[in-house]
Amino acid sequence: MLESSPMRTPPAHSTSEPAIAALDLVKRYQDVEAVRGVSFQVAPGEVVGFLGPNGAGKTTTVRMISCFLPPTSGTARVFGIDVRERPRDVKRVLGICPQEDNLDPDFDVLKNLLVYGRYFGIPGAEVKRRAMPLLEMMALQDKAKSPVMALSGGMKRRLILARALLNEPRVLLLDEPTTGLDPQARHAIWTRVRALRATGVTVLLTTHYMEEAAQLCDRVVIIDEGTILLEGTPEELVRQEVGRSVIEIWDHRPEVADAMRELRGRVEEVGDRLYVYPENEEEVTRLLDARFPGQARLHRQATLEDVFLKRTGRALRD
Amino acid sequence: MRDILRNLSLRAFRVWQRDADVYFTVWKTEFLPPLIEPMLYVFGFGLGLGQLVHDVHYQGRTLTYLAFMAPGVLAVAIMFWAFFETTFSSYVRMYYQKTFDAILATPLLVEDVILGELLWGTAKSMIASTIMLGVLTALGLVHWPSGLLVIVIAAAGGLLFSAFGLIMTSAVKTISQFNVPMFAFILPMFTFSGTFFPLDILPPWALAVAWLLPLTHITILVRSAVLGMAHPMLPISAAYLVVVSLVLAGWSLVRMKKRLIQ
Repeated sequence: MLESSPMRTPPAHSTSEPAIAALDLVKRYQDVEAVRGVSFQVAPGEVVGFLGPNGAGKTTTVRMISCFLPPTSGTARVFGIDVRERPRDVKRVLGICPQEDNLDPDFDVLKNLLVYGRYFGIPGAEVKRRAMPLLEMMALQDKAKSPVMALSGGMKRRLILARALLNEPRVLLLDEPTTGLDPQARHAIWTRVRALRATGVTVLLTTHYMEEAAQLCDRVVIIDEGTILLEGTPEELVRQEVGRSVIEIWDHRPEVADAMRELRGRVEEVGDRLYVYPENEEEVTRLLDARFPGQARLHRQATLEDVFLKRTGRALRD
Repeated sequence: MRDILRNLSLRAFRVWQRDADVYFTVWKTEFLPPLIEPMLYVFGFGLGLGQLVHDVHYQGRTLTYLAFMAPGVLAVAIMFWAFFETTFSSYVRMYYQKTFDAILATPLLVEDVILGELLWGTAKSMIASTIMLGVLTALGLVHWPSGLLVIVIAAAGGLLFSAFGLIMTSAVKTISQFNVPMFAFILPMFTFSGTFFPLDILPPWALAVAWLLPLTHITILVRSAVLGMAHPMLPISAAYLVVVSLVLAGWSLVRMKKRLIQ
């Protein structure tokens, strides 16, 4: 909820007003254009994932929306509030989970929440009232008095998420929320984000884990070199861009590749592996069985990762 | 600059409060140095060196070396505590702990963070000089109640050196580069600001330089307060301290904002 004075609060929001609206956002540094004209909207209650390789401009875009970085040009609004005109009001409705751990190492878990709540002007008693349910939600209720330095990586991440929820945000910005976590910790975060989505919180997350995007997001936006390449639901994108399935052919001889290229559909050769995106799956499997029996292969469902690699290429980005 | 002034707010106090909370969480190690430091100086310099140097003539008065040096110890502490807080400690918060990033995810703005750091550096000088004032009083080296003015001087001097420290923090690329301002400014000031020997024994060119140094003026003010005596330079030193601390504070806001927002 907005806590600003009535004078500055805009008229009651209509339900059709986007939670996030970015129009032609540009971020230019001396000689690099990190974000080159990005426009998108996120509807209230929607979970949208920004996918892109390292350096694609995901984090820069999120940092502009969260008022960390002033855009070079273009506008960004959160529930109609311009990030440049009223950053304090924008940040009041945002819950921000940064990529890096920035908890206060000198404080215990509860104290971290108390100090953070003070920045929002939430009284200590109210923070304490909100803290316990949040810590329980994040399975940290027994850690309230533990020093932050004694927490595992997964616990720290959950505490950062709890901290981001302290001001009861309407929009949650999660910047690579599970990078570096083990599978248990990652699934624990996913479960919480899905639970939050059920409460109607709007979520914008960045990730380079396709599974994470497929698990959590209503809609994904694939971004590379500072521009949006594609957007849609994960299923739509897979269907449109790749098709139903992929046949991976392992340790193939050159003749196999030649034979595959004669069929309809896209073929990609990467090292010792051949990726076939068939228009007709049976045509491929029949030909393989007939001419190359015993050829090692994997026939699998197409995934978002195939879309991603198709559109952003396989070249390394560091 | 106009933007910066408009964005300054009382929310900076929240940043100050966070730093203060950390300080009082680890108070056992934080309280000790200002307690022990003056005693080391007093016993080391005062009693050791004082055996060799008997009387010091200062503004028409004859003082024991110990009485002359004690205010210098306080002046140096005002400089050190603020400077170290907004260089090494602020840098750790900014770069290693990402504390500023965490704060900037809330309704606070960069200006609040910088002002909060400035005020906390100032507070560190005030806390340290208050503790040391207590120790020096117990040793019978402080004139009361004029000695209390040291805390006011520490407020202005603390702001000055906090701002100077933050300007350095805005400029360094690694934490080890703080050695440059240490050797270029802080240590020369430590020695040549009338802290441990009277200024008038310096050659004229060195004296001219000394008058430009902020610690010279802080030392004159502190010594006057601790000894309870006037000094012809008092109005000029006081004006110098107020003007330079405000100018440096403004400059540090501009420089740090540039560093924090690209």
